[in-house]
Amino acid sequence: MWDQEIRAMASTHAIIAASVFMATVLPAVLVPGFSVYGTHLLWLYLVSGAVTATSVAVFWLLGITPPTKKHTLGYKLSRLFRSCLYFFLSCLFFHTVVVLYGAPLIESALETFSLAVLLSSLTTLRCLCVLGPNVQAWIRVFSRHGAMSVWDTCLQITVACTVVGAWVGAFPIPLDWDRPWQVWPVSCSLGAMFGFLTGLVAAPAWIHYHRKQLTYKCK
Amino acid sequence: MKVRSSVFASFILLFEVIGIALFLRGFFPVPVKSSFSSKSKLSDLPAEPVSGSSPNSSRIPQPLFKRVVIMLVDALREDFVFGPSGRMYMPYTRHLVERGSSHSFVAKARPPTVTMPRIKALTTGSIPGFIDVVMNLNSPALLEDNLIWQAKTAGKRIVFYGDDTWVRLFPKHFMEYDGTTSFFVSDYTEVDNNVTRHLDSTLKRDDWDILILHYLGLDHIGHISGPHSSLVQPKLLEMDDILKKIHSALILKEAEGSLPYLLVLCGDHGMSETGSHGGSSEPEVNTPLVLISPAFKRKVGMEKPQVVEQVDLTSTLALGLGLPISQNNVGHVIPGILEESSLRDQLRFLHLNGHQLSCLLKDSVTDYEKETGYEQFRVAEKAHGSWMKLYLEGNTSEVLTNMGKKVLKQYLEALAAMSSALSRQLGKYDMYSMVAGMILVLQLLLVLLLAMPEALSSAAAVDLPVFSALLSLPFYLLCLLLASVHVLVCTSAESSCYFCSLSWGLVFVAVIFSSALFCIMVSMATRRLPLGAKIHGKTFDYSYQTGLLFYFMFYVLKTSPLRSTGSEWSLSELDLLLLAGTVGHTLSLAASSFVEEEHQTWYFLLSTLCLAVFQDVCRKYFREQSGSGDGDEHLLPSKDCRPSAHPKAEICSEKWLALATPPFILLCCRLLRSLNQTGVQWAHIPDVGHWLNSSEHKTVLSLLAAFCLVLIYLLVQRRCSMVSKVALALGLLGVYSYRAAVGNVLFPWQHSDRTMSKGTVEARFVYVFVLGILFTGTKDLLRSQIITVDAKLKSRGLWEIYSGLVLLVSLLFRAHNLPILCCCLLIQMLMAQFIWKNLHYDAAQTTIMHYWFGQAFFYFQGNSNNIATVDISVGFVGLESYIEAPAIFLTALSTYAGPLLWACHLVCYLSSDTDRSTVAVGHGCYCLALLRSVPAVAYIVLVTSLRYHLFIWSVFSPKLLYESMHLLLTAAMCLFFITMEQSNSSSY
Ligand SMILES: [Zn+2]
Ligand SMILES: [Zn+2]
Repeated sequence: MWDQEIRAMASTHAIIAASVFMATVLPAVLVPGFSVYGTHLLWLYLVSGAVTATSVAVFWLLGITPPTKKHTLGYKLSRLFRSCLYFFLSCLFFHTVVVLYGAPLIESALETFSLAVLLSSLTTLRCLCVLGPNVQAWIRVFSRHGAMSVWDTCLQITVACTVVGAWVGAFPIPLDWDRPWQVWPVSCSLGAMFGFLTGLVAAPAWIHYHRKQLTYKCK
Repeated sequence: MKVRSSVFASFILLFEVIGIALFLRGFFPVPVKSSFSSKSKLSDLPAEPVSGSSPNSSRIPQPLFKRVVIMLVDALREDFVFGPSGRMYMPYTRHLVERGSSHSFVAKARPPTVTMPRIKALTTGSIPGFIDVVMNLNSPALLEDNLIWQAKTAGKRIVFYGDDTWVRLFPKHFMEYDGTTSFFVSDYTEVDNNVTRHLDSTLKRDDWDILILHYLGLDHIGHISGPHSSLVQPKLLEMDDILKKIHSALILKEAEGSLPYLLVLCGDHGMSETGSHGGSSEPEVNTPLVLISPAFKRKVGMEKPQVVEQVDLTSTLALGLGLPISQNNVGHVIPGILEESSLRDQLRFLHLNGHQLSCLLKDSVTDYEKETGYEQFRVAEKAHGSWMKLYLEGNTSEVLTNMGKKVLKQYLEALAAMSSALSRQLGKYDMYSMVAGMILVLQLLLVLLLAMPEALSSAAAVDLPVFSALLSLPFYLLCLLLASVHVLVCTSAESSCYFCSLSWGLVFVAVIFSSALFCIMVSMATRRLPLGAKIHGKTFDYSYQTGLLFYFMFYVLKTSPLRSTGSEWSLSELDLLLLAGTVGHTLSLAASSFVEEEHQTWYFLLSTLCLAVFQDVCRKYFREQSGSGDGDEHLLPSKDCRPSAHPKAEICSEKWLALATPPFILLCCRLLRSLNQTGVQWAHIPDVGHWLNSSEHKTVLSLLAAFCLVLIYLLVQRRCSMVSKVALALGLLGVYSYRAAVGNVLFPWQHSDRTMSKGTVEARFVYVFVLGILFTGTKDLLRSQIITVDAKLKSRGLWEIYSGLVLLVSLLFRAHNLPILCCCLLIQMLMAQFIWKNLHYDAAQTTIMHYWFGQAFFYFQGNSNNIATVDISVGFVGLESYIEAPAIFLTALSTYAGPLLWACHLVCYLSSDTDRSTVAVGHGCYCLALLRSVPAVAYIVLVTSLRYHLFIWSVFSPKLLYESMHLLLTAAMCLFFITMEQSNSSSY
């Protein structure tokens, strides 16, 4: 019964992955001197922009975003405002966590914040798209056995993959190889990106292979 | 034989310490040293060999040189002079090398290519091993026999300008000196001008015999911008100009009839392609050696310079100046220098050098008579004697000259052979001892791992099949096999290895122990595996895939007492993190950068741990709130919602405090890590510690220290008895007054012009209170154990011992490190109150967390895996002069304060928790032993496989010493655990 949903998920993910790919390749062709390491921040914002735009568009078109109860314009606007606020707060949250992990506080604050923006657009934005600005729902999804639909499980997997990817990405920094990708925050953002892409592939696959065991409680 | 798990773990650790000691003995080459601590004297020199006649003279040939100028340019690389760009860099020197009366060589420096060991090598002629550098940390003056001492004793007047390492190594040896500190690496002009400014006046004067100049600028340039920087050429041109100046001054001084001068240009070590040094790469090891003197033949063109050892310069200079060669010298005289003297003198010089080397060989090699060099020397000496006889009889024929030439050749061969035998002695690993130690340690680790399910069971006892193992046939066969291997190795190896030189009884005990261990291991493994398959059949195939280690590590968490007993394996994220962190850290030790920056690994893991704990806390409290009526199984096995008598408000405040704890700890850790910047790559970044220690921030430091001491008092006193409270308060006051006396902090009522003292009285005042508190604690413990069975008294006694330790550490810590102690106590209090107890983490998880915090605090203190960060000044706190035993104890205590405090807290915490204290202490002890053994043993295997790595001496060996020391301390800590558990079991 979930085949359709899984197929929808896979195609959504394919579109998002394609947008990431385009955001990396197109500027490399069009803009002279563009490279993932060299102009890292530019790449980072392009990718986050692309992911944001495609996710919002795709999830809205698919209708996965929970339907609003009231259809008044004011309510919609307040939802939008709250979403933006949550997004910004999550950027701040990620920034704080990264600083607590040892990133310099004042020096290279812009780089740290950019990483936080990337992480937010890879994780928080998906939550906003799937669950809406609803903290209770977020807590439910991210507690154990809290997933209530295929999309919740998918969200868990992609978010976990992204965060773990960024976490693993920090490991090469102390190595004394003097490579361009060891510069802060290149390895972390690349790790997050790879983690995210892995999550995009892994989530539908995992759900597909475990569809027999998955049982969701109805609301 | 049933053994309690704490006893089992401690014994395993103790034997591991023995195994590692054996390994270390094999790993660190013992320096070649003559057994006499005296110095060579002129009167001890051997007589000139003359066969037949008895009254042979002990005449020393005339010195070759009157005056010697040694110009040492730090980090001068061989290709800066002899390379293709040498003509551009040092034109005058190059001209002398090609056309002047000079000899040029490439002198090979031995690693560690660091300035101080190199200076030692150049002056003593020996090759200081790594262990030497470590052992001599406390005595800066060079006590060994050396060239400078010999020159001074012979009445030579020495003048020195340059790196003040020399001044520290040779105090009162120089007639005149000016030392420059190499502290400010960024300065590369002033350091050299400090040397050159004295040059003109000194060269004009006539009252010196030896002039030593040590230029640092080039080394600093290398450190700043590498060997290819644009700064290198001007610096080398400057050096070239100085050499020209010295050379022309010497030529002017040259008087008819007197002995010639000698000008030496050399480097202490080279520099690598990145500009650093310390390792053993070609550019770091190869240094130029140019000897300039009118006594030499003029060169006619550039020849390829010969390769010599750096230490060869020592014996050459000693003979050239007519001094006795220092005792531990392993170099041999450079034959080219002697060319111009008479054949008799040449032979005599070589004989003196050979005699010294043969004496050293006798002292340091057990079967020296088998050495080819020694035999050759004996033969040459005999031939020398018969040549001398003929010579003294007045024979001057061609035959005699040819015979003399032959003797000369024999001598040279003998010298080279003896020299290389001695250096081989140094540079070789004693593989047999290393392997023996490694096998022992590996066996112990495997037994420790195999015993995991039993050690962590609710009985906390391990059943060791000792008797069945001792009575089995394989045991005897194995004994026989190992003994025969030992005999085979020891009789065949021509080298002397330590394990072979042990007495037979000891080796026999070791063989029996090792084979018994092996049998125990096998029988335990056979007993364990089907059991494991039966219980966890579902996951067994999985564990095969992930590897044995993972399987065992899963066991730690699985079999720990309070985990769910269902067949479903539910590893929480936290368990997964603890597991992955332990394994990942162990694996990371294989990379030199990760060893250098190990603190980053621990900080990273600790932050992640805090986040994982935070997640657990969130889950617990938000789940309870949102829907504990769900009925689905709890994250935590024991009942979360037990009926509590607490009022609602208290629960609510507790919830928020618990929620705030992990972020607060994260914040603390972030602040602490910016207190002391350690490691290598980011060590130069300014840190808060330096800021606090600068003189203009003394008030801030004083306020901070006072605040921290007050906070420490508040945190510690709550569980002490009245007497200890008072003692603690007075002790902490004493700590502050000690810091004020030493001059670190300000006293509010102190006059600023008070003279600085060593603070001995204040420190001893604190020691009295430390001993008092420890005594009260021990008394309480003994009372709780013997007279009345009282758990409360026991936990108070334990806590008092802990607070005594805290007081001692607060005395030893530098003032700016007091916040670390403060945060340590605060974090321990918060975690114990809100996290470990409330979330029902079991003994294994708590132990792993304690261990991680301990490791992180080790680095927060400013420690690193480099020997240089050990704060030796701690050894003098409260002592008037250096006394070895207390100094070593205090230094070790302050260095490992972090891990020790956390381990101590673990004992307090586990034994105070009355619900499960029967087994928790045993489990904690076992886990601690396991956590320490796994990285230590893995590291030994890694070091053995990396023993030819470039950074083996600079990075891996210091870490090996740190690991061994930590293992030793953990073993001691585990013994403390045993006593705690004993008192425990007797109370039940
Ligand atoms: Zn140097
Ligand atoms: Zn240097």
